[in-house]
Amino acid sequence: MTTTTTAPAYSPSTPAAGGTERTAASRVNRAGWLFSTPFLVTYVLFLIGPVIIGLVISLFNTTTVTPGLGGWVGVSNYKEVLTSADFWASMWHSVLFTLLTTPLLVVLPLIFAILCARIVRHRWFFRLVFFAPYVVPSSAVCLIFAFMYTPETGLITKAFNLVGLTAPNFLGSVGGAWFGVTLLTLWWTFGLNFILYTAGIQDISEEVYEASAIDGASPWQQITRITVPLLRPTIGLVLILQILASLKVFDQIYILLAGGPGNKTRPVIEYIYDTGFTSYRGGYAAAATMVYLVVLIVISAVWVLSRRDNADTATTNA
Amino acid sequence: MTATLTPAARTSAEPQLKDDSGTGTKVFNRLAATCMVLFGLIWLVPFVFAVITSLRPDNEITANPSGWWSNNWNLHAYSSALQDNPIGWWYLNSFIIATLSVVFTVVVCSMIGFALAQLNFRGRGVVVAAVLIGLMVPTQAMVLPQFIEFRFLHLLGTYWALILPAIAAPIAVFVYQAFMKGLPPALIEAARLDGASWWTIYRRVCMPLCRPATSAVAILTFVMSWNAFLWPLLVLTQTKSQTIPVGLSGLIGGSANQYAEVMASAVLGILPLLAVFLIFQRQIVQGVAQTGIK
Repeated sequence: MTTTTTAPAYSPSTPAAGGTERTAASRVNRAGWLFSTPFLVTYVLFLIGPVIIGLVISLFNTTTVTPGLGGWVGVSNYKEVLTSADFWASMWHSVLFTLLTTPLLVVLPLIFAILCARIVRHRWFFRLVFFAPYVVPSSAVCLIFAFMYTPETGLITKAFNLVGLTAPNFLGSVGGAWFGVTLLTLWWTFGLNFILYTAGIQDISEEVYEASAIDGASPWQQITRITVPLLRPTIGLVLILQILASLKVFDQIYILLAGGPGNKTRPVIEYIYDTGFTSYRGGYAAAATMVYLVVLIVISAVWVLSRRDNADTATTNA
Repeated sequence: MTATLTPAARTSAEPQLKDDSGTGTKVFNRLAATCMVLFGLIWLVPFVFAVITSLRPDNEITANPSGWWSNNWNLHAYSSALQDNPIGWWYLNSFIIATLSVVFTVVVCSMIGFALAQLNFRGRGVVVAAVLIGLMVPTQAMVLPQFIEFRFLHLLGTYWALILPAIAAPIAVFVYQAFMKGLPPALIEAARLDGASWWTIYRRVCMPLCRPATSAVAILTFVMSWNAFLWPLLVLTQTKSQTIPVGLSGLIGGSANQYAEVMASAVLGILPLLAVFLIFQRQIVQGVAQTGIK
């Protein structure tokens, strides 16, 4: 090994003057690609691969029961998807779920993270309690909530009666089903956003609060004038993450309601699942997947761009 | 926001809001604490209720499904849950799949993370862009083309069908890349001067220093793999080859008189991950904050 090249990794485009430097540079190139290869192979095969396969089979009448592509049908799958009332209904259900859950899951964790920051001791307890449901499998959550949603006798139904309200039929009526799924999702995923906010609050310097306290700021003023404005990047991030997560809803609605009553809560992913694996129309379901993918990617692009802005400020000295 | 990815543990440096700044603040903080405790307790209700129900005899539950007390606590529901369903198999499947997913993800993603952080190779920019694009692909939404692909590869029904798609995790790459960039350059230079190969530097210098990143990636991958639902539902069709979430979902809407057994199964499904979470609480919370905020 030569001693003339110091830190080839950090010098951008080493001028290839000496022979030793040239071999060092090519060695770095080789090492870089060798280290990247295992990832790139799995990336191309199992991350990008399905997107390309989806694009291809959406142009054929592929089925999910027999092997092979089937016959070429051009864009007729897309035409059918885009004119299908069932597809748009399921798209609307995913959007409705997003509209129901996003405001709750962006605002409530923020309030509780702010309140939690004002507690001096045992803060770990709340992090634990709120985040624990997030590590529970969706089906276990659904088993417990289905039991609590039992009409007449379930715990949540009883709780409604206790405060003088009549509980909706959580599993049998459309309105009740949305209410039930929203409540379940709130309990299940609240902790993730809570932790993200808590981390954001931790990054706010304590001195800002101390200075404001000396100036006689009330707690309410501290929250509205300092915490919330300084948390704006975190709030934006939680918002976009929540929209993406909510648009991908499947588990809760499928397990708890099977998209019912009468497909009135069926989200897009379940529509794709039904057409692809119950009606076996792979090509058609792939076309639906692609339409849905475009929606998600447009929103993800916003997320990635915002992430990159943050990353740039974090690691500019690369 | 910028400091979240540094190796130092941040939880110890929480802003300690002191309650010595006037009675108004004190009252407000007291109120906040009360509010938090109240909601904390409400959040525990589903857990506690499931455990209590699982310990009550069926006839008591039928008489009063929302009761909180029993005159005859027993573990009967657990033994029948274990007897009626191959929960042991489900555990085993989930465990093998999650563990292998973690091992492969950590190795593969740390290697490319090392390359992107420490090696200024030609084409590095292209690789970074590729990983960024990967971040936008919603894997859960791609199950149908994925299914066609794995049928073509004849891997349906195998563990590999669940492990392979989990390996290329762009977010894990960025966690490792950011962490490895934070390592002192002098350390790596010194190793270079000693004649160490890049592989040795990765293996003996960087990876040992990246433990916090590894634990964050490992735990989050484990949880994600363990809780995955739709893809395993499609791929593992034999009852015995199912994972915990898929197996449990089959119990919903089952016999109405076996609530204790259903709740016992749910509790059994919750326990392993809850144990993991309680043990690694700090790493999980930190890891989530790091990967989400960056």
